[in-house]
Amino acid sequence: MALPANLKAEFTELITHYPESRAGLIPALHRCQEDLGGWITPDIMEDLAEFFGIEPVEVYGVASFYPMFRLTPRGTNVIKVCHNISCDLRGADKVLERAKELTGAEVHGTSADGKFTLEVVECQGCCTTAPMIDLNDTFHENVTLEQLESLIGGCK
Amino acid sequence: MSGFETYLTSRMTGPDSHTLASYKKHGGYVALERALKEMQPAEVTESVKASGLRGRGGAGFPTGLKWTFMPDPAKDPRSRYLAINADESEPGTCKDRVIMDEDPHGLLEGILLACYAMKCEASYIYVRGEYRHQYDRTVAALEEARAAGLVGKNILGSGFDCEIYMHKGAGAYICGEETGMMESLEGKRGHPRPKPPFPAGFGLWGQPTTVNNVETIFNVPFIVDKGPEWYRSMGVESSPGNFLVGISGNVNKPGVYEAPLGTNAKVLLEADHFAGGMTEGRKLKAWFTGGSSTGMMPGETVDVGMDHDSVKAAGTMLGTAAMIMLDDTQCVVRAMQIIARFYDHETCGQCSQCREGCQWLHQIFKRIEEGQGRDGDIDLLTSIGNGMAPGKTICALADAAAIPAHLMVKHFRADLEEHIRDGGCKINKTGKCAAGHSHKAPATEKAEAQA
Repeated sequence: MALPANLKAEFTELITHYPESRAGLIPALHRCQEDLGGWITPDIMEDLAEFFGIEPVEVYGVASFYPMFRLTPRGTNVIKVCHNISCDLRGADKVLERAKELTGAEVHGTSADGKFTLEVVECQGCCTTAPMIDLNDTFHENVTLEQLESLIGGCK
Repeated sequence: MSGFETYLTSRMTGPDSHTLASYKKHGGYVALERALKEMQPAEVTESVKASGLRGRGGAGFPTGLKWTFMPDPAKDPRSRYLAINADESEPGTCKDRVIMDEDPHGLLEGILLACYAMKCEASYIYVRGEYRHQYDRTVAALEEARAAGLVGKNILGSGFDCEIYMHKGAGAYICGEETGMMESLEGKRGHPRPKPPFPAGFGLWGQPTTVNNVETIFNVPFIVDKGPEWYRSMGVESSPGNFLVGISGNVNKPGVYEAPLGTNAKVLLEADHFAGGMTEGRKLKAWFTGGSSTGMMPGETVDVGMDHDSVKAAGTMLGTAAMIMLDDTQCVVRAMQIIARFYDHETCGQCSQCREGCQWLHQIFKRIEEGQGRDGDIDLLTSIGNGMAPGKTICALADAAAIPAHLMVKHFRADLEEHIRDGGCKINKTGKCAAGHSHKAPATEKAEAQA
């Protein structure tokens, strides 16, 4: 496998932002995760290693350090519930319990039908609009249990 | 009804406040134009120094003084960079996102002025990866500014060149530490670097670099435009100016508010134009003064001026001025368990004191909350905290984890003792509470439990 041409072109422009090309690695990992199936496969790591002129294990070292990069497959929809202090004070535990019921997924697990992956995350910077969830990379703040129900119900 | 001059939020007035047209309508880029035409770079630095501006990222270091640490370009011809810390991840803190959402041109103008003052050829804005909306807003502003000749070569015909690049992080709190951020920006794991050498001498790619927080830099155009005397007329002598204070938790109107530094925390909590009091008029049991790492203080201490020196005198830190308020229906042990879990999750693992200490603190607070606390656990917490900090590790994350633990023992010892004596938490009776969820996959946790 090789990087798709559009991403390769994008990364070729990206590395002009930096005196050393490797600086583009984390933004490039983001773009691969967005466009190529929602997780960083071993193939992607090899392709990025080749592009950046580093060893695949260095790409793995970086990808595995950062919580936003996913190294295993995910469900069709990903729901993240913040369970840090400001959200906890405003009912994040109830949001999480309801999300478990509605999706049939356990925390850090995927539902049997593969439709939902459920995660807890640390502070997302929505402290004054707590509680929050992140559904498929979009924040939903001041989220109520009713909204949660309709958001999850609206997922394909 | 606020009774003080606002400036930080003065342009955040409508749905278009993030656009160049709106920014210019409010006098945007006038300070930059004047500085490029009428001021020498050193005069900009002098102005910021004279204003007394202190960093808003947590440490409160004088900004102008920090800028003077950059080497003289006549003697040191290396490339020079400004890195903007927009990796806002301190629990409770959500102020920089307001700036990027509603007034990104203010940030860009501040960056251009700072780069002019320090003769930096480029600036990188390191935005936490989860702030997608804020990233997109700032990218759009940057494109507008570039098209208007405000970023790039020969800015406004002055001969000054400066590039600004956006850069996405990927969810690691440690990258808010300035040297961890530089490692991350270079495409590596966010492992903080031992200091010295300091960033001004050896920063990004080994070149002279200054790292400033978003809100800090956002203050700069106002200072250049209206002068240091005007700036010093607000706030208090040792911490001038206004600040953005985020108030979250059990309050009627959680939000990010502008106030002069030194404003009493009780006023910020109770006044109608701020948080409007505790929810349902309940009592304040405990509060964090400025994000999770400042630790919890008893509710009675809320009568304190919110400036660096006053909060320090009260026994903690102003931090990021993110006040988190807990009412008397909340369990402080559970709150502490959450904070300890957070540092356990976020330690980068380089220093053993921090890697092991964060894990132990988390485990002990967790077992106390869940009813398995042991005699001697409180002394153990203190002993572990003393082993972690101060100044025993490469960066201050260990301190940020140890300080809340020490303050917990100091101020809420009775709550810890009660939990140990009664075999658990009276408030969260539901057994294993949500705060106990691990970040590890269930299989990993099971394997560790069996080991």
